[in-house]
Amino acid sequence: MDSKIAAHVRDIPRSGIRDFFEVVQSMRDVISLGIGEPDFVTPWHIREAALFSLEKGRTGYTSNLGHPRLREAIAGYVARNFHVSYDETSEILVSVGVSEALDIALRALLNPGDEVLYHEPCYVSYSPSVILAHGVPVAVPVHEKDGFRLDAEELEKRITPRSKALLLNFPTNPTGATMPRENLERIAEVCRRHDLVVLSDEIYAELTYDGAEHVSIASLPGMRERTVFLHGVSKAWAMTGFRIGYACAPKALIEAMMKIHQYAILCAPITAQDAAVEALENGGESMERMRGEYAVRRNFIAGALNDMGLPCPVPRGAFYVFPDIRSTGLDSREFSLRLLREKKVAVVPGPAFGSLGEGFVRCSYATGLEQIKIAMQRMSEFVRELKSGAV
Amino acid sequence: METLLRLLQQDCTMPRGELARLLALSPEELDRRIAELEQNGVIRGYQAIVDKERLDRNTVTALIEVRITPERGGGFDRIATRIAKFDQVTSCYLMSGGYDLMVVVEGGSLREVASFVTEKLSTLESVISTATHFRLKAYKVNGALLATEEPDQRLPVSP
Repeated sequence: MDSKIAAHVRDIPRSGIRDFFEVVQSMRDVISLGIGEPDFVTPWHIREAALFSLEKGRTGYTSNLGHPRLREAIAGYVARNFHVSYDETSEILVSVGVSEALDIALRALLNPGDEVLYHEPCYVSYSPSVILAHGVPVAVPVHEKDGFRLDAEELEKRITPRSKALLLNFPTNPTGATMPRENLERIAEVCRRHDLVVLSDEIYAELTYDGAEHVSIASLPGMRERTVFLHGVSKAWAMTGFRIGYACAPKALIEAMMKIHQYAILCAPITAQDAAVEALENGGESMERMRGEYAVRRNFIAGALNDMGLPCPVPRGAFYVFPDIRSTGLDSREFSLRLLREKKVAVVPGPAFGSLGEGFVRCSYATGLEQIKIAMQRMSEFVRELKSGAV
Repeated sequence: METLLRLLQQDCTMPRGELARLLALSPEELDRRIAELEQNGVIRGYQAIVDKERLDRNTVTALIEVRITPERGGGFDRIATRIAKFDQVTSCYLMSGGYDLMVVVEGGSLREVASFVTEKLSTLESVISTATHFRLKAYKVNGALLATEEPDQRLPVSP
């Protein structure tokens, strides 16, 4: 059957995360800092809204674009928090997670061979999603010294006549990087000048710390008409399993995305859509509570990593830190595997997020503080043993 | 300040060094802030949360609704303070609605609580009436759920 698999699918390498997952799963009593989802359970008032929806017998399809009530809630939420307005009847589409929204946006936009720029290290699905949409992914490196922010010159150097879109993800998984307004303005300027469409995955937008302002590129002058704003409820409200994402974009593009969505997915699950309404309209406090918890864990984990000699700037977004492990003399994969075998702590090797992640590992602090404390203790022993040549 | 109080309310036994790290403060600055909260009376004390149902020893807790006649000059405060001073009383609140004071009483047996109500509480001159409700089971105390939590069911590694 191998020969029957489409070439562009066959050629996509297995996810580095999946590889690592299998090793971790085969072991017991591991403390995992490798989890890319909140450790909190969805706040009770949101779960209760899902139960209520089931009680009322709401178990059918919704409109392809998503339940009108949810689209209205999204329009309000995005206008209040991101300062961009979208028409809920024609410019918003509810998807099964941001992953689906990104996939259908790419499929709606790309002709074979069109290039999509993205910053790397980045979330694992970007490059494969572009390839699956018959596009060509073009990585723009971002560096630790710049706080993993995207640099406008680096971006511009890689633009060609085939460049069609730029994929952004700030705050970033895996680095926790955020993009201050002035940096984002420079990127917006390049996009306007080269007529690029921007796909902006802002799934971590609520999770910023130290007063870092989250700016959506869609809110900058001349950008709304060329931006697909992608967001969802998974991270801010610990609702990963509900699978609700959404895309906001100009009508023509939503219409094109809708063609794919209606045939492939039909609609997002109604129970999850009803729960998402509750999150967006009444979830402010529960989100703040979780964010407050992440904020103190972040202080702790970044402090501990720096103390053990793994340089780690304190990131201002998401729930990841991305320490530099090069001083240990190991590469990312070996570091992660040995840490797992010798100390039973799982972190994700940086190259799982693109080759530019080599020399780094991703530690998630979406794990209880008690677990983080033990993990940091074990990791510190591990690094000390490595550096003293004890092992 | 709010985060500091939240963390202390969650676990006031956390070593100061850890607390300082969580808040990204120097140990000196943390000590200064805690001292300030203690001095101005925001922090009134540090206690353990005890699930008494797990003890062999019997304890009985009752919530008592008390209706009282306010006194000229003293209002509710004097009588409420007087009631609150009993060792058996663990909390005492002035309430709106159908009664005036909510008095939480703890004793070693039903009889002990009952005799406190009949002998000490009801006999006070300004107490008009009492209604005693015995607590049957505790599910959440001071923000701590007493049921054992489900283990983490997430995938051990995910993107």
